[in-house]
Amino acid sequence: MSHMIEAVAVKKHFGSNQVLKGIDLTVDRGEVLCLLGPSGSGKSTFLRCINHLEIINGGRLFVDGELMGFVEHGGKLHEMKPSAIAKQRADIGMVFQRFNLFPHLTALENIIEAPIGVRGVSKAEATSKALDLLAQVGLADKADHFPAQLSGGQQQRVAIARALAMEPKLMLFDEPTSALDPELVGDVLDVMRKLAQSGMTMIVVTHEIGFAREVADRVVFMDGGVVVESGTPAQVIDNPQNERTKAFINSVL
Amino acid sequence: MSKDHQNDEIVAVRLKHPWRWVSAAILMLLGGLFVYSLISSPNINHEIIAKFLFNSKVIDAAVLTVILTIVSMFIGTVLAIALAVMRLSTNPILKSVSVLYVGFFRGTPLLLQIVFWGYLGIIYPTITVGIPFTDIVFFSEKTSLVLTSIIAGVIALSLNEGAYAAEIVRAGILSVDGGQTEAGKSLGMSSGYTLRRIVLPQAMRVIIPPMGNEFISMLKSTSLLQVVSVMELYARTSQISSQNLAQVELLVVAGFWYLVMTTVLSWPQSYLEKKYGRGFYATTTQRRWLGRIGKASA
Repeated sequence: MSHMIEAVAVKKHFGSNQVLKGIDLTVDRGEVLCLLGPSGSGKSTFLRCINHLEIINGGRLFVDGELMGFVEHGGKLHEMKPSAIAKQRADIGMVFQRFNLFPHLTALENIIEAPIGVRGVSKAEATSKALDLLAQVGLADKADHFPAQLSGGQQQRVAIARALAMEPKLMLFDEPTSALDPELVGDVLDVMRKLAQSGMTMIVVTHEIGFAREVADRVVFMDGGVVVESGTPAQVIDNPQNERTKAFINSVL
Repeated sequence: MSKDHQNDEIVAVRLKHPWRWVSAAILMLLGGLFVYSLISSPNINHEIIAKFLFNSKVIDAAVLTVILTIVSMFIGTVLAIALAVMRLSTNPILKSVSVLYVGFFRGTPLLLQIVFWGYLGIIYPTITVGIPFTDIVFFSEKTSLVLTSIIAGVIALSLNEGAYAAEIVRAGILSVDGGQTEAGKSLGMSSGYTLRRIVLPQAMRVIIPPMGNEFISMLKSTSLLQVVSVMELYARTSQISSQNLAQVELLVVAGFWYLVMTTVLSWPQSYLEKKYGRGFYATTTQRRWLGRIGKASA
């Protein structure tokens, strides 16, 4: 069986700024991968390339064996139709640093919007599933609250539930706890820990070294648009080989 | 002597504002004099005002004014959303069409546009729907019969409104955080679905107050349709006054009804603002509520 994610020499530039300089990376099914690195290292950009929020300029990116955003035939890459890209994205859950909940919808409505509108699930079914998910993230009593009535940590947990409602085969987390007050980080990490234990494939861009050490199957350290070091948490976090990795780990621990 | 002030609620002597009273008195005096001059003036016939205020022709004209306003506003708004979306699209052709449209309809006087639509029959004497360069014709009619003055008027007002409202809708769409669209995309929503269900409902918060302005403005602009002889309120009252020579009296009648209509039509705005403010003002109520609990338990 193919890998869940296979990145081959992925390149991305914004104008003359080369952000990703050829990333080679594979993620297996059920694997939890933590991406570490200083800001500007390209880790968030790489994450956004996976679900085609950013369009790559070089290399190939496969999710579940399928090329993302392009169709390759006749030796050429053809841009995919927006509807086909949307279909690919529907299977990839994403959690944003700034939550990006829909402020005009309640927590419950946030969760059921895409299953009903994109997947065509009935409202009753979507609602009962959403209530289950809210219970799983510990917010069963907040279904009718608007995002503005929830704390940052609660909003992020609703955002996780919203992504899970689409039954994704893969979850991307873009610094999910960076915008949170320190005392609210734990609840979000707990939800992510449970999700990892349930066998979900996860890529997590984070600065939470403790979380990475405990939950990640593999840690990848990126800097300057390249993968500098990759291995188990014990290797990369506790016994880094590269000087840049050492400096980074020392600065955040 | 030291006293513990910690639990005292402050009861301070209020600051006096004498100039507020002086200015109020002067303005009331001036206003009173003006009203008195109108009432006592021998040049204004109050009986004529009373007679025509609820005249059925005047009422009918006022009703027509409201209908013209609502229909033109509706078409104009639909057009505006289309133009705003075109302007924000990545398609260069749609984008330039929208820019040109707005430039043209904002760049020429509304009065000119109204007269133009009224005279359309001169350029195109007949309107024909068929397949070009063949003899197949589905429909053909004299322009003057299809394009009645009312229809010409509605077209002129709607097309003009579309240009102004397009910029309001565009501003509303731009006010919604880009993260909202990204969240929609990441959930597999199409761009049309995201616009309809996620972006526009939030943009409405920003769109509604200036659109209320446009609505009032439209109601008054219908009076320009007098030039293509649509019998709306202003045309009707000036027609009456041209017969009985009571110009000022009928202006008062028209002004009264315009005021009534603009007042009544601005009421739905607060309802719409509340509806689309859903979720946005939640924090403040929550805080107030929490504050009260805090006080009660203290």
